[in-house]
Amino acid sequence: MTRITVSRALLGALAIVIALIWVFPVYWMVNSSLLPNVALQSFVPTFLPIGGSLDNYTGALADGSFFAALGMSISITLIVVAFCLVFAFLAAVAISRFRFRGRKAFVIAVLVVQMLPAEGLFIAQYKMVSSVGLLDSVIGPSIIYTASVVPFTIWMLRGFVAGIPADLEEAGMMDGLSRFGAFMRITFPLLAPGLVASGVYAFLQAWNEFTVALVLLPSESAQTLPLWLRGFVQASATRETDWGQVMAASTLVAVPVIVFFLIVQGRLTSGLVSGAVKG
Amino acid sequence: MSVSTAPPVIDKPGRNAKPGRPVPDSATYRRRKLRSPYLLLIPAVGILLVGLGYPVIWQIITSMQEYGLQQQFGKPAPFVLFDNYIELATKGSLWVVVGKSILFCLVTAIATLAVGLGLALLMNAIAKGPRLVLQVALLLAWSMPVVAAMTVWIWLFDRRRGAINYLLDAIPGVETNRFNWLESPLTFFIVASIIVIWMSVPFVAFSAYAGLTQVSEEVMEAAQLDGAGAWQRFWGIILPMIRPVIAIVFLLQIIWDLRVFTQITMLQDAGSKSSEFDLLGTYIYKLGTKSQDFGMASAVSILVLAITIALSWFYIRSLLKEDEK
Repeated sequence: MTRITVSRALLGALAIVIALIWVFPVYWMVNSSLLPNVALQSFVPTFLPIGGSLDNYTGALADGSFFAALGMSISITLIVVAFCLVFAFLAAVAISRFRFRGRKAFVIAVLVVQMLPAEGLFIAQYKMVSSVGLLDSVIGPSIIYTASVVPFTIWMLRGFVAGIPADLEEAGMMDGLSRFGAFMRITFPLLAPGLVASGVYAFLQAWNEFTVALVLLPSESAQTLPLWLRGFVQASATRETDWGQVMAASTLVAVPVIVFFLIVQGRLTSGLVSGAVKG
Repeated sequence: MSVSTAPPVIDKPGRNAKPGRPVPDSATYRRRKLRSPYLLLIPAVGILLVGLGYPVIWQIITSMQEYGLQQQFGKPAPFVLFDNYIELATKGSLWVVVGKSILFCLVTAIATLAVGLGLALLMNAIAKGPRLVLQVALLLAWSMPVVAAMTVWIWLFDRRRGAINYLLDAIPGVETNRFNWLESPLTFFIVASIIVIWMSVPFVAFSAYAGLTQVSEEVMEAAQLDGAGAWQRFWGIILPMIRPVIAIVFLLQIIWDLRVFTQITMLQDAGSKSSEFDLLGTYIYKLGTKSQDFGMASAVSILVLAITIALSWFYIRSLLKEDEK
């Protein structure tokens, strides 16, 4: 048995080394954001933010455009996550609980739609959104993002719904629950991890999306955070790149995502892992 | 057997009093009223038609029109049928871009799958403490917005003050001489591939790990007692059981890696915008924005769609087969 414990410990050590490599870029972003320019322009990198300050952050936030972009990103993301979960959930129940004509066509459509390259559609999407006067509005990207994220969310939730035995629900109905009641009190709680996982996926897609936002939000007053960050880098690059401020801006864009992840991390991990029928 | 992203639960010993529960049977549902599934699909179908259906149709029509700068300002677009496609097909530059994109996509997707599966197996083999550390690290990488991640990686690969050249120089015998990674197309695409792999592995690792935790311990122990080695257990039991997860994840990687637009655009911001550094995404974007040639851009987009479906059709078919079981 000791041989097993030793190899387990060695693998554990390997895991920690890999973890350090994987997290290094994230660490480096935060580290550089705290360092003064003198340290960043030296040819010997400073690996610890000793003597660091928040000056880069005040510099990056100075003109207040960050907060406008933050508001825009939050609005779009909330709309996309909410609509995506409802739409995908209904469709997932339909395809995993029913056999009906056109089901296969729908499943194929979902899989094919997954593949439509966003870069090939942005011109058409721009034409469509501008023709109804919704450029620079929250609604334009929300519609496009929901449509792009829904297929994968359906596919993901379909797996979770199919993993819950239908006879559990029927047992509930035999015990006197209505079909809706049986669904809400038996299936829905078992599905919660799947909904969390799908919601996180939708959140990430909407929060990080760049190409469609670039096209649908041409005005500087209606930018999402990724657009703001790229604009910031470009403005900075016209001089010598101010890596401290760029990294501070990147950290600001990444922080809401990381905070969100830390809150749901346990549930997300168990959501992806369990989905189990607990006796 | 029904197969899904989260594979059917196989009861672990002690977790459930009953022996392995049968996989859900939808037969009982077939008898239900046939109207309800259609009602459930309305919202999803509606949003897909508005957000993607209409643009695709517009795209197909436009790809058969002469739609350039003059049409942007209201001149009617004449139909030219397949002229745009013929012009593209006879243009050597397109085929170079197509070849590069497919190669980039396959190499990156396979590497991502291998690393992700490796990390999932590692997570499955180690104690809770190190596993949590690895999971948190992967979650942090996964959670990084693409644009933010790109700025960091560009900074890391900076030729003069970047940490990567510094760390490589620290290895005895290695001298980078302030190597400019973004100067030649080969290293440019290697850097792009490393960044994409770094971003994509967490999703693969977590999905595969979720699959692994569903592999019955009883079966594994039985196999071990019967003398199956670790390698045999991997190929004979683990891989077949998590195959559905792997298939879906690999399909998605291929699709995603074929449209690495943001990453390539931002690397070009830092390096060179010359066409040698283009993959299909940036190629189309430049056709659309620089030359304002929507007809040609639409034609390439349709081509991209065809390539994607051809590449992944095998997987769609196998997914459909599993869906039917």
